[in-house]
Amino acid sequence: MDTAIAMSPARIARAWLVEAKYEFLRLLRTPSFALPTILFPSLFYLLFGVLLNGGAHHGGMDMASYMLAGYSAFGVMAPGLFGFGVVVAMEREHGLLTLKRALPMPPGAYLFAKMLMAMLFAAIVVCLLMLLAVTLGHVRMPLGNWSALLITDVLGVLPFCAIGLFVGTLVGGQGAPAVVNLIYLPMSFLSGLWIPLPLLPKFLQQLAPLWPATHLGQIAFSASGAGGDHRVAMHAMVLAGFTLFFFAIARRRLRRAG
Amino acid sequence: MHASIAQLENVVKRYGAITALDGVNLRLHPGELLALLGPNGAGKSTAVSLLLGLQRVDAGRATLFGLDPQSLDARRRIGVMLQEAALQQSLRVDELIRLTMSYYPRPREFGSVALMAGIEELLPRRYGKLSGGQKRRVQFALAICGDPRILFLDEPTVGLDLGARTAMWKTLRALVASGCAIVLTTHYLEEAEALADRVAVMARGRIIAEGSVDEIRAHVAQRRIRCISALSAETLRAWPDVSQAEREGEHLHIVCGAAEAVLRRLLAADPELRELEVRRAGLAEAFVEITNDAGAGSVEQKEAA
Repeated sequence: MDTAIAMSPARIARAWLVEAKYEFLRLLRTPSFALPTILFPSLFYLLFGVLLNGGAHHGGMDMASYMLAGYSAFGVMAPGLFGFGVVVAMEREHGLLTLKRALPMPPGAYLFAKMLMAMLFAAIVVCLLMLLAVTLGHVRMPLGNWSALLITDVLGVLPFCAIGLFVGTLVGGQGAPAVVNLIYLPMSFLSGLWIPLPLLPKFLQQLAPLWPATHLGQIAFSASGAGGDHRVAMHAMVLAGFTLFFFAIARRRLRRAG
Repeated sequence: MHASIAQLENVVKRYGAITALDGVNLRLHPGELLALLGPNGAGKSTAVSLLLGLQRVDAGRATLFGLDPQSLDARRRIGVMLQEAALQQSLRVDELIRLTMSYYPRPREFGSVALMAGIEELLPRRYGKLSGGQKRRVQFALAICGDPRILFLDEPTVGLDLGARTAMWKTLRALVASGCAIVLTTHYLEEAEALADRVAVMARGRIIAEGSVDEIRAHVAQRRIRCISALSAETLRAWPDVSQAEREGEHLHIVCGAAEAVLRRLLAADPELRELEVRRAGLAEAFVEITNDAGAGSVEQKEAA
């Protein structure tokens, strides 16, 4: 019987990257995922952040930067929530996940590939928004703020990957888009990504810390110098907590239900 | 006795109140093609999914190469073609093959995979745009691309046209000749008859018959006689040993127990008789008989208990 069946670490690393490459490619080629994910944040930003907002200042807040930071946080939630929630639900339902479990796919490659895919989409979304912000939105910030915002958003997709994954293990492929939208859109509003939190009713302001998007939003506002409460470390820890919590329960469910 | 490379030992698997597998023993040896046959719900797919590590046994033991079927070391030596697997629609066929090849320590050469599965002309096309039969051939390519020691094929030729099916049979024979073991579940008994070294017939979660195709066919003592004769079917049905007699145009079809006695009487009764053929019942008849017997057997067991 054959003995040398171990894979070299280089070959395993390669398998992870190949998985990530094709995960990205296939979603890029899926218009129902790629078009809304990439274009909706830009369209919303153009409409509400540029056309309907004449670069006003509100209570000392630079609204142009605020809008950019808010819509960028809104934009990067989508590849995480949809890329995991809807895609995992469909793959569970259609048997792809079963096939992958029978195949010798390196453990972790499946989630790694989707995380990298979501971060790449997040980077595309944010870069597009930044391009619009510079050319049409009259946003002027020091270079440090631009890069801080980019890093915030690209990493900020991760908690929403975890939430998406959890949703994907709960619902079927048909229901997943609706469930994800029910989480995505209300949470964006309640977290002050479209309208600054201080302008929302007191009651909603008090609930805001419950939503993960609030914490991503606060970091993004701080990163862009457009307000925010500047308690970056605290918000980052909360987001890390959300990420670990949802990944952990999703993994448990995947192992049981698979 | 050969070493077995995949094994179920006294395996029991339940889904709630239903017992899907009820004390199944199964061994697979290197370089043999084992066909798992049985009516729907007999437990074939459950047996395969336990060997693939997709499910856990409730009692007994399932091993692949002596290892836990879920272990990566075991899975790196197998190839799989499942019945329902919606692959990534927007990936091209060549991309799907390269992706699956990346999982294996020593995959086959890309060109030979495409050649063996007969999909060279499909390589640049999106998987989602292929016909059902073409998708099946691509899934077959993914199953063999890792150069596996065991190939699990669940109804591999469903939806294939005659040419593609013959081509896949040829590839399967070549794989077995090169030492690859194959577990094949199929509804096409002629497929098992053409390919299998060994057949295991399942019913109600048990293996009720196991052996070579000839051994399984020997379960059926009956013979089929076909000839052109003026004798009427009614006359023949009255003879001892004749269980069935039908006329189809000028041909008579007779199913009987001891063919020799019936033949002597036939030839004596009709000197004009022509085009005589006698053959043993095929795997299909044996299969029907065995699964029917199993039904009767289980009733007897219940009554005895």
